[in-house]
Amino acid sequence: MFTNFPFFPQQASEQAATIDALYFFLLAVTAFFAALIAILVAVFATKFHRKHDDEVGEVIHGSLALELLWTIIPLGITMVMFVWGAQVFFHMTRAPKGAMEIYVVGKQWMWKAQHTDGAREINELHVPVGRPVKLIMGSEDVIHSFFIPDFRVKADVVPGRYNHLWFTASKPGKYHIFCTQYCGTKHSGMIGWVTAMVPADYQTWLSGGSSGGTMAEAGAKLFTDLACITCHVENGQGRGPVLRGSYGKQVLLEGGQTTTFDDAYIRESILNPHAKVVAGFQPIMPTFQGLVTEEQLLQLIAYVKSLGATPAK
Amino acid sequence: MDTTPAPLNYLNNGHTLGSWLLTKDHKRIALLYLLSITVFFFLGGFFALMIRLELLTPAADLVEPDTYNKLFTMHGIIMVFFFLIPSIPAVLGNFLIPIMIGAKDLAFPRINLLSWYIYVLGGLFTIVAAVTGGVDTGWTFYAPYSTSASNSNVILAGLGVFITGFSSILTGLNFIVTVHRMRAPGLTWFRLPLFVWAHYATSLIMILGTPVVAITVLLVAVERGLHLGIFDPALGGDPILFQHLFWFYSHPAVYIMILPAMGVVSELVQAFARKNIFGYAFIAFSSLAIAVIGFLVWGHHLFVSGQSTYAGLVFSIISMFVAIPSAVKVFNWTATLYKGSVSWDSPMLYAFGFIGLFTIGGLTGLFLATLGMDIHMHDTYFIIAHFHYVMVGGAIFGYLGGLHYWWPKITGRMYPEGWAKFACLNIFVGFNLTFFPQFIVGYLGMPRRYAMYAPEFQVYNVLSTAGATILGIGYLIPMIYFVWSLKHAPLAGPNPWGARGLEWEIPSPPPTENFAATPIVTAGTHQYAPSHEVGIV
Repeated sequence: MFTNFPFFPQQASEQAATIDALYFFLLAVTAFFAALIAILVAVFATKFHRKHDDEVGEVIHGSLALELLWTIIPLGITMVMFVWGAQVFFHMTRAPKGAMEIYVVGKQWMWKAQHTDGAREINELHVPVGRPVKLIMGSEDVIHSFFIPDFRVKADVVPGRYNHLWFTASKPGKYHIFCTQYCGTKHSGMIGWVTAMVPADYQTWLSGGSSGGTMAEAGAKLFTDLACITCHVENGQGRGPVLRGSYGKQVLLEGGQTTTFDDAYIRESILNPHAKVVAGFQPIMPTFQGLVTEEQLLQLIAYVKSLGATPAK
Repeated sequence: MDTTPAPLNYLNNGHTLGSWLLTKDHKRIALLYLLSITVFFFLGGFFALMIRLELLTPAADLVEPDTYNKLFTMHGIIMVFFFLIPSIPAVLGNFLIPIMIGAKDLAFPRINLLSWYIYVLGGLFTIVAAVTGGVDTGWTFYAPYSTSASNSNVILAGLGVFITGFSSILTGLNFIVTVHRMRAPGLTWFRLPLFVWAHYATSLIMILGTPVVAITVLLVAVERGLHLGIFDPALGGDPILFQHLFWFYSHPAVYIMILPAMGVVSELVQAFARKNIFGYAFIAFSSLAIAVIGFLVWGHHLFVSGQSTYAGLVFSIISMFVAIPSAVKVFNWTATLYKGSVSWDSPMLYAFGFIGLFTIGGLTGLFLATLGMDIHMHDTYFIIAHFHYVMVGGAIFGYLGGLHYWWPKITGRMYPEGWAKFACLNIFVGFNLTFFPQFIVGYLGMPRRYAMYAPEFQVYNVLSTAGATILGIGYLIPMIYFVWSLKHAPLAGPNPWGARGLEWEIPSPPPTENFAATPIVTAGTHQYAPSHEVGIV
């Protein structure tokens, strides 16, 4: 009945081995201390087992040396855990420059992915092996969490903001996607598969799956349809700031503060335009809350991003 | 036939229902709590059993996913708020703290009774929420699911938690004032039993933390009922704010559950090794250290939420610090056994079990405090296993150990020791079989709160369910022999264990006013060797 008796998940990403190494270190240290305590308790309980009814124990009040010893040694060991864990964490949270970006939207109860070239999929995610992939994730309703155990990556998908995770798949195959933040009735059905493919297969898959234009093209169309273009004109004479060449830069705001022109800022400016107005402009932009879906927001972001950091000619 | 009336004690001093429901005696109030938390324990246990039966197979075939979601929610709410948090403080603490410090009662006997009524009222709200459709948010009430998406009785269940919080605040207040103001002459702070120190630390958390969770669930009710944007981004709120507020209480609440159990274990190792504790001051202060540092670690519940990397670093290192006082306690208990006169009576078996299981629970906490490791483990069964090792292996083992140790004092009767040892072994085996496989299936990636799961996880779930069955039987056995013992077991006498401490110097069961005359204390507790000068390390 049970032929499958695994102890560890597969190592299917380049990060997996680093995290497993940390796991084995933690296992070794904690197993040692658990065994030490268990053995000491067993030995003392046996060796000093009560011999007769009136027997009492010896008077020992304690030992400062021992107290220091079993304070300082555990403290030192936990600091090693902290530093090692922090290093791994920094690596996990900082996607390399040039990582391939895929946009993911969670909703009760499915995962929707959009590739920048326009391919879309539901509860599936196709990625090439050997190339860093960064997921930019938002939610349409409640909090979800995107988890690929065989890659050892996870991040909550929180409405109202974008969270990221990144990985480099290392082994072609199919791997579980689980939602790990409880999200209602079909939480345990909010699952899917990542398919990691060799780059050539991935290219074939992309060309077969794409329907129409890229995400940026879809965003450009929205940019016209929603009349963003009437104010955000390229010549700098519009009522809104020029978007070309702004992505990734620092923006000076009304009131003297600055902010980074990134995904979160674009999102906020579309939904809540008066929160951070660019210096020199009037707060006259209307909100688009309720007029654009999460996926359309991502297309608009992809479009603005495609205008890049190259200034207008 | 022997017609001499039994000496007057707190049990036979009044037999009417009114004499119980209007009592101001801390010992009777403790028994009222004992009865009510036992009801909630078996209710929560029933939900756990249903969860385990559903998880026997990968498909959702025993109950619908919606029902499953309500089962684990009710299991969590009941076990956390209506069993674990009140368990040791409201039963054993209530009964013993006045006696241990040589007082007639707690400082505010009426408030003590009021806190039980508040607890019952909160419990009724929760039960009504359960029987009129249930609640499906998980015990954590995460927004915006709880405020905008769930179609269940969130407000009713939230009010239950809100109300019962006040019972906890009042108990904490009562304990703190009692320990400050009502100690017998000569009972200095450093002569206090460690059980009292642990409850003092627990009480600090109760009065400082509980108001925050009360406000948080109230805000959930406000957003849900009035659509005021607090947590839901669609209304202009911030869902991460909810998590900060919720865990600001609910992480320290873990220490409300475990600190009293640590206090019990400190008493057990001394009584059954017939030896004063090794490193008294270190154990006493480590309780306070846990209470204080415990307030600064909540952010480790947000490592995957999108919280800033630097906040993650700070919460990770502080979570490492909170492990140290726990380690200090474990080492000191172990050292106390050295050159003791160690008996293997059933309460001591629970203490051994506690030390081993709490050590595993605590050490696996280090995995979760380690940033890079937590990302993979977060919200998987590894967490479930970890906190059940602390909550069941720790808190419940402490509670059962304490209940067996003080049962003769509370009831005046012994219990069948053979059955008690058998039940303890049963619980130990059942517990490990239930929860150890969950570490493995958690690392494999099985998420928590799943009604359906991938087939490769089944073997571990079958083991877990088998273990839960054994564990459930283990819990029933003490129920039976404790009830049986009330009439049929031999009388215990004032001090059946040969233990030291003020509670063992008065009759069993104690008279209503505890002491005929206020005792004068000249030494710390658990001084077994004769004519020894008392000193502190």
